[in-house]
Amino acid sequence: MGELRLMKGNEVIAEAAIRCGCDGYFGYPITPQSEVMETLMAREPWDETGMVVLQAESEVASINMVYGAAGTGKKVMTSSSSPGISLMAEGISYIAGAELPCLIVNVQRGGPGLGTIQPSQADYFQSTKGGGHGDYKLIVLAPASVQEMNDFVDLGFELAFKYRNPAMILTDGAIGQMMEKVELGDYKPRMTAGEVESKTGSWATTGKTSDRDYNVITSLYLESSKMEESNRRLQEKYIQMEAEEVRYETFQCEDADYVLVAFGSSARICQKSVELARAKGLKVGLLRPITLFPFPKKPIAELAKKVKGFMAVEMNAGQMVEDVQLAVGCAKSLATVTYFGRMGGIIPTPGEVVEAIEQKLIEA
Amino acid sequence: MTEEIIIAGFGGQGVLSMGKILAYSGVMQDQEVTWFPSYGPEMRGGTANVTVIMSDNRISSPILHEFDTAIILNQQSMDKFEKTVKAGGVLLYDPNGIVHPPTRTDINVYKIEGTKIAADLGNVKTFNMVVLGAYLKAKPVVKMESIKKGLEKSLPERHHKLIPLNLQAIDAGQEKLETVNLVS
Amino acid sequence: MEVKDIIKPENLVYEKPKLLTENTMHYCPGCTHGVVHRIVAEVIEDLNIQERTIGVSPVGCSVFAYNYIDIDWQEAAHGRAPAVATGISRVNPDKVVFTYQGDGDLASIGAAEIMHACNRGEDIVVIFINNAIYGMTGGQMAPTTLLGQVTATTPCGRDAERNGYPLKITELIAQLPGTSYVTRQSAHTPASVRKCKKAIKKAFQNALDKKGTSFVEVVSTCNSGWRINPVDANVWMEENMFPYYPVGDMKDAERDSKEAHLKKN
Repeated sequence: MGELRLMKGNEVIAEAAIRCGCDGYFGYPITPQSEVMETLMAREPWDETGMVVLQAESEVASINMVYGAAGTGKKVMTSSSSPGISLMAEGISYIAGAELPCLIVNVQRGGPGLGTIQPSQADYFQSTKGGGHGDYKLIVLAPASVQEMNDFVDLGFELAFKYRNPAMILTDGAIGQMMEKVELGDYKPRMTAGEVESKTGSWATTGKTSDRDYNVITSLYLESSKMEESNRRLQEKYIQMEAEEVRYETFQCEDADYVLVAFGSSARICQKSVELARAKGLKVGLLRPITLFPFPKKPIAELAKKVKGFMAVEMNAGQMVEDVQLAVGCAKSLATVTYFGRMGGIIPTPGEVVEAIEQKLIEA
Repeated sequence: MTEEIIIAGFGGQGVLSMGKILAYSGVMQDQEVTWFPSYGPEMRGGTANVTVIMSDNRISSPILHEFDTAIILNQQSMDKFEKTVKAGGVLLYDPNGIVHPPTRTDINVYKIEGTKIAADLGNVKTFNMVVLGAYLKAKPVVKMESIKKGLEKSLPERHHKLIPLNLQAIDAGQEKLETVNLVS
Repeated sequence: MEVKDIIKPENLVYEKPKLLTENTMHYCPGCTHGVVHRIVAEVIEDLNIQERTIGVSPVGCSVFAYNYIDIDWQEAAHGRAPAVATGISRVNPDKVVFTYQGDGDLASIGAAEIMHACNRGEDIVVIFINNAIYGMTGGQMAPTTLLGQVTATTPCGRDAERNGYPLKITELIAQLPGTSYVTRQSAHTPASVRKCKKAIKKAFQNALDKKGTSFVEVVSTCNSGWRINPVDANVWMEENMFPYYPVGDMKDAERDSKEAHLKKN
């Protein structure tokens, strides 16, 4: 068993990065995620593992530092919160287009605009449907506990390198600021250039040697046929992700008449709501998408064949509910799909969700 | 066993650190724990509250609308949280600054003169430990040895010399807990 | 004497550097980019650092710089090359990293990135091609466009009241304690090409010696954007650019040590 600690979600992102052999972190302060860089700076990993930590002049610069470092085959990351991720959108699009592995952590806060520093899940569309320009996808992981904040750092990097694609941990201020018991991972050595090459091929700009052609990291294809070729290659990766990387969890869905669909902190609240609803004799279950892209369409479609209705519970105006509707529609099911959520940094209570189940699902 | 607690008072009363020591004590005896603070502008000088959940099972929601125990350290928090205690639950408060004491008769109400006791101990900063001691007397959810370990884990090493004083404060709190009998 | 008798290795006075690729350059005839590419290739060859060098190309005419020099390259987003170079250099301190940027890229959209990379004293080389215009997008006003200069977006000439003044960014960069070598060169005569090579070589040597950021501006022509022929463009540059952007070294030192910085301030 690994070392047990009581840690904040944000702090554990930093600790997990050091332990999983991350080569570099580039970031810019923004509430509610500043503890990530603060923890890294206090830990001084450059002495311990050789990991580089640098405070950039802006989010624009940090994501481009990630681009440069990732382009040399290094395991690098950044973290920010919603407005900062908007600033990074350009760089993320370039990283996806140039097919570079990296990890981006978004500790969401309420928006639009400067918004609020309180937790939110309003960046679902931004994370799963684009954010920046062009046809690209991120691998999006949604932790629901401090333990998963720890676990998904390593998992995010694994998937990023497997697909040479940016991975995102999409969390929020609630999980970032919350402390829970966490079992830390063992230290993994940082990868050597040789290991990266044998695992993922020779693509990184590690310095041109006589035994290979020079490598170029770029997302520029002025010839349309070449551009489409690149687009197709990206789409094939996304199809493979949909086939191989869907992760989700179900809770009391076996005999459920109604199923809540929720991710991250909303899923935690809904788990309690399921308990409360069951105590009232309502057969309610919960499906928690762990990967938001690829989205667990099939398990929802399967459930749609036997349940009466779904309710997406989100801390936004109803974003993921569209993906639930698509999945249910694909199953040609007549199950109702509805949504309940709060915005503005307000976290719904388990009791509110139960009321919504009664009013929006059962009575309707 | 699951214990869901809200600790609420002013910023600076040590609300968050009391919750942290309690949570760490839970970790020390192999429980699942969640510590969920209010954060943001209200952190600066205003009210502060923290939800602590300790359980033998996986913890679901960190956000709760009702609690097994409310530890209330100012009037605003009394107004907000008295009504959130589950029937049969516990409300512990420090009467210092409380204008409207609790009135519910379906819960167990306790009080602790934390401010006064801490002053008598010669260190007002031990206030939160006095209250923690009182809570543990009313509801012994963690063992004293876990509390000791929790203190060691959550205090930076340079403050370890203060552990005996903190334990003394916890003892004083345990000793001086008062049961409030409200007649319905 | 027959031509075949002349073309012999012992008679060679000029050849393509080994590190320039066989790709035909897309630059307009008369453009300064080709000359500076050649100098960069020669310097990397002279210092024998092909295996250690990573170039960062910008958005602008030199976006395709990576097609012409046989080293590993990264193509950066518009203006972000100094941040990209910082990322590469920080996690690969054994590598020699340089950016190659134009005036729109470096002095306009990327003004923040270049300032902060230089201020941190990143051990990188910056090659800054200043031709006072946006070449690739069709000759619009750049931050370095001279007052009165006609461009696609200043058809009546750059007007200070509307557009502000031409930005002497190299002078600003020279003020930053993180820089070690800041110079302005040109590459329009054999003598200036030799000087320019010397400057670029010193910049790369500084990066090898970890002396801080080295910044080489090359005042350049854009005969297509300026809409004059290459020969007249050189004359126009000498008459109009050089008075405002005088050629020469602005700083040749080491990055300030903490002690030196405190003493000065």
